[in-house]
Amino acid sequence: MSHGGYVLAGYAASAVAIGAYALRVLGRGRALSRRVPPKDRRWT
Amino acid sequence: MTSPAPSGTEPSGTAAGAGAPAHTGSQGTRVLGSVTAAGLVMLSLFALVFSPAEADQGDAVRLMYIHVPTAVVAFLAFFVTAAGSALWLWKKSRWWDLVAASSAEIGVIFTALTLVTGMVWGRPIWGVYWTWDARLTSTALLLLLFLGYLAIRRVPAEPDVRNRRAAFAGLIAVVDVPIVHYSVNWWNSLHQEPTITRLDPSIDGLMLFTLMLGIVVFLLLYLWLLVHRFRLAWLEEQLASSDLAAALVERRAEADEATISAPPAPSSAAKASGTIAEASR
Repeated sequence: MSHGGYVLAGYAASAVAIGAYALRVLGRGRALSRRVPPKDRRWT
Repeated sequence: MTSPAPSGTEPSGTAAGAGAPAHTGSQGTRVLGSVTAAGLVMLSLFALVFSPAEADQGDAVRLMYIHVPTAVVAFLAFFVTAAGSALWLWKKSRWWDLVAASSAEIGVIFTALTLVTGMVWGRPIWGVYWTWDARLTSTALLLLLFLGYLAIRRVPAEPDVRNRRAAFAGLIAVVDVPIVHYSVNWWNSLHQEPTITRLDPSIDGLMLFTLMLGIVVFLLLYLWLLVHRFRLAWLEEQLASSDLAAALVERRAEADEATISAPPAPSSAAKASGTIAEASR
């Protein structure tokens, strides 16, 4: 693959950034959900 | 990884009660997350394996399948922020303010990724990571504008004041989106002109399909992230208002306690009789 290093770097950077952001949002959501009463988070 | 845990996994002995999950997921986000994850796998296969290399650029063209979708998502995210800001100014609904803020944060992530993937793509094709080209510069400005929007939201102020400032900032910042889009037409640019928004796209076959697949999958990813980020913002607001209420109750209790423990002030009659006694001496 020509320019394989650049292609790999672009895909890896995107995967890491989006993955890290998604994990942060999910983790913080999980932590805060425990402190908020169920009546204030009705999204089941 | 992309789907939150089912509601049955919430811990016992916490504020989380039966019926509401201790996370920001729901049935809808689980389905959306699963479809998005499957789409990302499919996109990776088409982008890195099935689609052909380009005649001039070689395999570097494979970066297009993430660079263009991240830019499309960033633009959409900022339009949603502007729409949410306008609707907040009109309806004064907390819901729209949180939609605007959540979308702006996602837009900033995707704008940064657009710049990074563009730089990585530019190096083998242009020979440089960065040049002060109209498209690149206006995109960097867009990132700064929405970082400013997020910073304004963090400045301590009354919620209404903060939301109004942020709404105006969002409406002003979004003006840069069409400038970014048309910059390649308005100024001489190293960046190529639009290829898929024309009536006769100059890209065809499997490459066009892969690019469209990338855009659709990234739009689903945006929607999934937006729902989770919105719910997180909702939780943050709930906690902030309950913390404020608790602090007010605490201060009132302290004030009441101070009033009870203080020695009683002398009455006016007692003061008057003391003054007369002083005067008669």
